[in-house]
Amino acid sequence: MKKGIFRSGALTLALGAFIGAPIVTTSAFAEETFKVAVVSFLTGPAAGPFGEPGRHGAELLIDAINDGTMPAPYDSVGFGGVQIEGIFVDESGGNAKQVAEYRNLIEKQNVDAVIGYISSGSCMAIAPVAEELQTLTIMSVCGTPRLFEGNDWQYTFRTQAHAVADSVAAALYIRDQLGDVKSYTGINQNYAWGQDSWKFFDIAMQKLTPGSSGSDSPQFPKIFAGQYGTEISTLLLEDADLVHSSFWDGDIEAFVLQASVRGFFDKKRFISVAGASAVDNLGKRFPEGTVVGTRGEYGILVREQEGELNEWFIDTYRERYGVYPLESSYQYAQTVLALKAAMDKAAAESGGTPNEDQIIAAMKGLEFQSLAGNVSLALGNGHQAVHPIGYGITAWDEESNSPKLVDIRIYPTHCILPPVNQMSEAWLEAAMPGADC
Amino acid sequence: MIIKALSADRTISWVVASFAILAIVGLMVPNWVLNGTMFGLARGLAVLGLLVLWRTGLVSFGHALYFGLGAYAVALLEKYTGVSDVFVRLAVALATAAAVGFMLGFVLRNHRGIFFAMLSLAFSMVLYGVLIKSEALGSTDGFSVSQTTILGWQPETKYPLFLTIILTGVVAAVGMQIYFRSALGHLTTAVRDNEIRVEYLGYSVAQAIHIKYVLSAALTGAAGGLFAMALGQVDPDSMVNWTVSGELVFISILSGPGSVAAPFIGAVAFEFLRTFAFELAPHAWQLIVGGTLLGIILFLPRGLWSLIERLPMRQERDRE
Amino acid sequence: MQATTTLLIDGLVYASYLFIVSVGLTIVFGVMKILNIAHGGFYAWGAYAAAYSIGVAAHFGLPDWIGFIMIGLSSLCVGFIFGFLIERLILRRLYHHEEVIVLLATFGLFLVLEDLILLVFGVNPYFAYQPMVYLGSVEMGGISRDVYSLSLIILACVVAFVCWYILSLTKWGKILATVIYDREISLAIGINVTTIYVWTFIFGATLGALGGAYIAPTISVAPGISIDVIVLSFAVVVIGGMGSIPGALIGAAMVGMLRAFAVHQFPELELFVVFAVMAIVLMIRPEGLFAPVKARRI
Repeated sequence: MKKGIFRSGALTLALGAFIGAPIVTTSAFAEETFKVAVVSFLTGPAAGPFGEPGRHGAELLIDAINDGTMPAPYDSVGFGGVQIEGIFVDESGGNAKQVAEYRNLIEKQNVDAVIGYISSGSCMAIAPVAEELQTLTIMSVCGTPRLFEGNDWQYTFRTQAHAVADSVAAALYIRDQLGDVKSYTGINQNYAWGQDSWKFFDIAMQKLTPGSSGSDSPQFPKIFAGQYGTEISTLLLEDADLVHSSFWDGDIEAFVLQASVRGFFDKKRFISVAGASAVDNLGKRFPEGTVVGTRGEYGILVREQEGELNEWFIDTYRERYGVYPLESSYQYAQTVLALKAAMDKAAAESGGTPNEDQIIAAMKGLEFQSLAGNVSLALGNGHQAVHPIGYGITAWDEESNSPKLVDIRIYPTHCILPPVNQMSEAWLEAAMPGADC
Repeated sequence: MIIKALSADRTISWVVASFAILAIVGLMVPNWVLNGTMFGLARGLAVLGLLVLWRTGLVSFGHALYFGLGAYAVALLEKYTGVSDVFVRLAVALATAAAVGFMLGFVLRNHRGIFFAMLSLAFSMVLYGVLIKSEALGSTDGFSVSQTTILGWQPETKYPLFLTIILTGVVAAVGMQIYFRSALGHLTTAVRDNEIRVEYLGYSVAQAIHIKYVLSAALTGAAGGLFAMALGQVDPDSMVNWTVSGELVFISILSGPGSVAAPFIGAVAFEFLRTFAFELAPHAWQLIVGGTLLGIILFLPRGLWSLIERLPMRQERDRE
Repeated sequence: MQATTTLLIDGLVYASYLFIVSVGLTIVFGVMKILNIAHGGFYAWGAYAAAYSIGVAAHFGLPDWIGFIMIGLSSLCVGFIFGFLIERLILRRLYHHEEVIVLLATFGLFLVLEDLILLVFGVNPYFAYQPMVYLGSVEMGGISRDVYSLSLIILACVVAFVCWYILSLTKWGKILATVIYDREISLAIGINVTTIYVWTFIFGATLGALGGAYIAPTISVAPGISIDVIVLSFAVVVIGGMGSIPGALIGAAMVGMLRAFAVHQFPELELFVVFAVMAIVLMIRPEGLFAPVKARRI
């Protein structure tokens, strides 16, 4: 009996020592910099088109702001005078893993704020934990409107407009540029982003192009499925002359390759809400004449746009990484700019190094200049960004031997998003009152 | 009387003592250690569920079914009724898994060996297939699980949940220990060794296996529920896919069938190893797991526990 | 009518793909009684090796049809190297273990092979579309089809024929039948069971790698591609009967058609139907639809 207890004690102590050992190393760090975790896909099908460019965008801006080498209005050194130390974390592995990893970042690695997240799944999973752990978390890319509609987060922000804006802008572009579309269908991934994208696109189309009819059997393959042979068959069989897709990551590339061999793009008009990365990655393999969006004034849409910040970003990015910045590079950079603007503002108000509460207060409702346009955190009680969104049609530029977008149309905020305090779905169903576009 | 009988069992007394010490240790460690220990103990409970079957010679390659059922029961309970009480959650997780286990048990109790493993796999993949494609059930995203309350009280820290997990672990471990010592429990190994003889003794093998299967499902369901509460998220790929079943079986192989405490030790060790492996070599984690699994099967067929059994202290005691 | 034709072709293409992937699995189980999860690892390695070598060939400006040679070479290399090493170094030590334990060991192998891919090929996806583009498209049943996917049907027929030929008409086939029937007796009558096992495993591994290599041009080859594939091929093999080649054919046809039907008609049931059928078959006839019923040894 005694021996039993002795042994159990020894075992538990051993276990305790085993799990307690690293505490010594982690508690010894000194907090002089502001530690920010940058989360993006670093492995898997989303790494190449989204994760890596996003990471580079954030990295470039953090370095430039720490050194004070950015053009005005971001030319002061540091974030509210503080240097940011970025640590880069992988977003792959599913929501449960992301939540565990997030807890680990806050509680074990003691980061001060977390930025990034590409998948809507990650964002929905992380926001409640961010509240629980009371840590400033700024989402960069994810698009589901559910994040702030019906939730009142205090610690979570998003510097990217949500899927309603992408869907309404897509419908507007179809009405203005393509004219008469009789029927349409869609292929979207079976999770928050894909489901919402299709849902709002469908409503927007009904309101904006009343003569068209939506398919009752759109396709929803699993994200990262990679093989779309059967889905392409069903889409080809449908009468619809337009196909909507919010595919992103490697899925859009795989889909485009598999579909173009089958002459898909000769038979259907294709509108890709977030597939601009594939235009750059696939080059001539990406079909011309496709409607493509970048979910904001980002990437290939603004490649020729003038403006000091935009030109500086494109040049510095190309110099450092050898390629053009993509959509996600702009989105991650935009988040860093929001953090910079908020921390500068908070520092000016508090007269010293701002604390987390002051940064959050400064961030609420923030309006700031992004690389190629202006962004305002107007929705979601000052937590959700609004900004214009544009689409264009793919074409090949023989001169530079690179792809480009033509017939670009950019829709202002009030055309594509509900006013403050209105839910997106109700606003859409009421035929978008206030948006006279 | 019962208490006396219980305390006479060495395993029981030291399991209780270890968990008590762990509960005190839990007060002193930082949050991430507390979290990791909770994840580990919750998984350990699921592995204990596998152990019940393994002692009969049955390996389930689909226990993610019950782990996922428990986890999703907690998430859906909240989504549709808003209930977040720890005891209700635990009860619902356990009951859901036990009920499904009871139904599937009628089929599975007639299968052995590789067919048992494959049928379990098939059942778990049916659930996976439903979840991943159904928007109402969260598709690939799953659901968030809000913080757990205790009888209407919303604790500031995770410690109360940690205590709950420890208590559940103790009750389960002790309960299983008593069960294994009972006549029904002793049938376990007998069934593994020779089913025909057991039948001749007048016991129904199918029924004995069915009971074990429901017990196992209930334990694993409770584990899934507790895991979801500790993590705050459920999703099909990390809770229901076949790789999760594989992971649970891996931990049970790692721990070995020797003791009811082994699954908890194995699972906690697994959890922390993973935390560090992810930081040091993120792309080599599966390599480590796979290599270890092979190594154990080849060289340590009775698991890590057999190392503890070989300790001089233990051998001395066994001679007494 | 048009819809039915399309559905049939889609189903047939998918069934062919599943057959190529699972036939190696069923052969290895039939001969060696190993249900090999690591088969998914061979699939993934085949896909990566093919995608990588096709990419290299394209980089040096070689014509697109070289891709087909690369696919063949990749599957042979992966099959021979991994098949030989794994059988000799690991599986050999496991033959006296229970089937379930061996299953777990191959799960360990699967995990190792998965991470070796990350270490060797990195984390970014590979595209090797050249062979698919090379074959172009053809109009069938009112819609256009890529010839490459259709060629899967031919490849599946070839694989099925080769397997049937070896097993039914060669000396090897007879020896194999003996080994399958009773390993001890085979040993006693002087059959070199070790050699049979090595070659069977290499053959199975090569088929797994071929499945991955041949599908590589039509997908984005990314980490984790084999996770879904291996469990689907388990369903195929289990439905048809573990160890039976005609069973694998029927299993693949059933799963392929069911999935195509689901995607066309009830997309949300895509995965559910496959595993529901697997479960039902296991419930009613655990040996699968085609395996001969054996007396249980006690």
